[in-house]
Amino acid sequence: MSDQDRIFAQTVVDEVEERPRTLLRDVWSQFTAHRGAMAGLAVFLVIVLGVSFGPFIHTIDPTYSDFRARNQGMSLAHPMGTDNLGRDMFAQVLQGGRVSLLVGVTAMAIAMFFGTLVGVLAGYFRRLDGILMRVTDLFLALPILPLLLVIIMLFRDTLRKAFGPEAGIFLLIVFIIGITSWMQTARIVRGDVLALKEREFVLAARSIGTPAHRIILRHVLPNVLSPIMVSATLGIATAIITESALSFLGLGFPSDFPTWGRLLFDGANFMTLTPSRVIWPGLMLSLTVLSVNYVGDGLRDALDPHIRGR
Amino acid sequence: MFAFTIRRLLFAIPTLLAISFIIFAILDLAPSDPTGNLPLTISPEVRAQIRSSLGLDEPFPIRYLLWLKQFFINEPLNLIEGWTGWTLGDGERMRVTSWATRSPVVDLIIERMPQTLWVVGMSQVIAIVIAVPIGVISAYKQYSWFDQIGTFVSMVGFSIPTFFTGLVFIVLFSVHLQWFPSIYDTNHVIDSWDSFVFQIKQMIMPTMVLALATAAQLSRYMRASMLDNLQQDYVRTARAKGLTERVVVMIHVLRNSMIPVVTVIALNIPTIFGGAIITEQIFRVNGIGQLLIIGIQGADIPLVQTLTFIFAVLIVLFNLIADVLYGILDPRIRYE
Repeated sequence: MSDQDRIFAQTVVDEVEERPRTLLRDVWSQFTAHRGAMAGLAVFLVIVLGVSFGPFIHTIDPTYSDFRARNQGMSLAHPMGTDNLGRDMFAQVLQGGRVSLLVGVTAMAIAMFFGTLVGVLAGYFRRLDGILMRVTDLFLALPILPLLLVIIMLFRDTLRKAFGPEAGIFLLIVFIIGITSWMQTARIVRGDVLALKEREFVLAARSIGTPAHRIILRHVLPNVLSPIMVSATLGIATAIITESALSFLGLGFPSDFPTWGRLLFDGANFMTLTPSRVIWPGLMLSLTVLSVNYVGDGLRDALDPHIRGR
Repeated sequence: MFAFTIRRLLFAIPTLLAISFIIFAILDLAPSDPTGNLPLTISPEVRAQIRSSLGLDEPFPIRYLLWLKQFFINEPLNLIEGWTGWTLGDGERMRVTSWATRSPVVDLIIERMPQTLWVVGMSQVIAIVIAVPIGVISAYKQYSWFDQIGTFVSMVGFSIPTFFTGLVFIVLFSVHLQWFPSIYDTNHVIDSWDSFVFQIKQMIMPTMVLALATAAQLSRYMRASMLDNLQQDYVRTARAKGLTERVVVMIHVLRNSMIPVVTVIALNIPTIFGGAIITEQIFRVNGIGQLLIIGIQGADIPLVQTLTFIFAVLIVLFNLIADVLYGILDPRIRYE
């Protein structure tokens, strides 16, 4: 064996030993094999980076109205045209994307918090199971969209007065979307916790006197993370759609603080004149939701031990 | 099965009562005043009179019970009277009246029902007709180009919200091509072939928008369910005893794969009514969804309460129907 061969063999061994197979790496390699998920992740990252840093490059103020340039088509100065008040659409779409994404992520986080809390409590403590699951069933039977509309109509003005026009409507929408979309997560988490509770390592932990809250945080929660991650991803998509539906019905964000849904709603009246006002926000919205759904699909496959390794 | 149905029906009653309480409480405890929109020149005494004429000076529990009585006893009795022509009791009942129009809410809803039912019903039928063949072929030829395209298109259809497809349809088909009208004309009377064609034309866009969204979801379920069934032992047996491929797939597998899909269709129907709120708003169909939006914008609380509660009843009812259907279609399911 020559020196070169020996060095080569050594590097191979080093590489193998340096990179032990972990669960995370397995999941990642399965995820990268899912073409749709990778494409979705790429598109989603581009959109997130675009709306985060885009306004620093395209520096037109989204609320500045240039009355000499109303209802314009696409041009170099206004890549997506202008609206009926001469505001730049591209700047508005970027600004709206920030709000839409922020609403999606925050509402999802609230839903995940409640879903996990209810699911873990119901699965772990038998005494709470009955009542918590009845509450979950009750929430599932509520007509969500009409109820959201009603709540917004009733509480909008009060919250606007309390927190200011923008923060008030943001808090209201995020909170009510979060509080009406935790049920599926709670059910999945409860099922998983019920199965986990009977496993030996939980029994071992309990037998050495670990208190319940520490068993839950240390042993139960890390093991139910994967279904939570999947529903979190898909939850972003549903929250974004729900928010835009509310804004589209005129009961969401105001025009001077628009989201993609609100831009669609405002553009709908002018769509014969400037169809681009409808097309661009809608396209961005659909692309975001599509990419997030693909990421969720890939994540579900990657985290499912029955599929992984096949 | 019968005992199960009865028990589920009885179980639905407390659920519905709880939901009705939640809806009533949200609307009632909200910090908005129904007389707030009246002109400021109205004196406080008159304002108080208006409030009491709207039934607002009673305490909360009494108003809730009165509303329950109106909704569960008076209105059904009225409906029965209207259908059969009998007179039950004295015929003079308190009815749930809209604050905006001062007419009974139920009459408003019945007036709007046919438009919604036509659009929603047709869209469901079209969705099933599109989704089932796509799901079957996708699963049978898994990973073929048809499957790749089919799953991609259904993912896209599943992700694009109906308010965007609706607007794109209008831009494309009414503004540019001018094939279909963008506004649904409810006063249109069908009395000749031409008017029938016009009715079809104005229904195409709203129904297709709803149908495509539903079909995207259904075809995903159909494909997954077919894939599950194609790997079952009974399929191998059927092939082994020499049945043609056509019989194996179209009769054995398809029938079994339809079981979960049928329940999904049943569970979907209430959400379709919710989705129709948006579609009706885009195409100006004056159905139930638009009535709800008008009610919300005008702060017409009795109307909104009743409509929201009807949506809740639909959800509970179709959950029940889905469970019962599942038990009837799948003999392995035994409810005890």
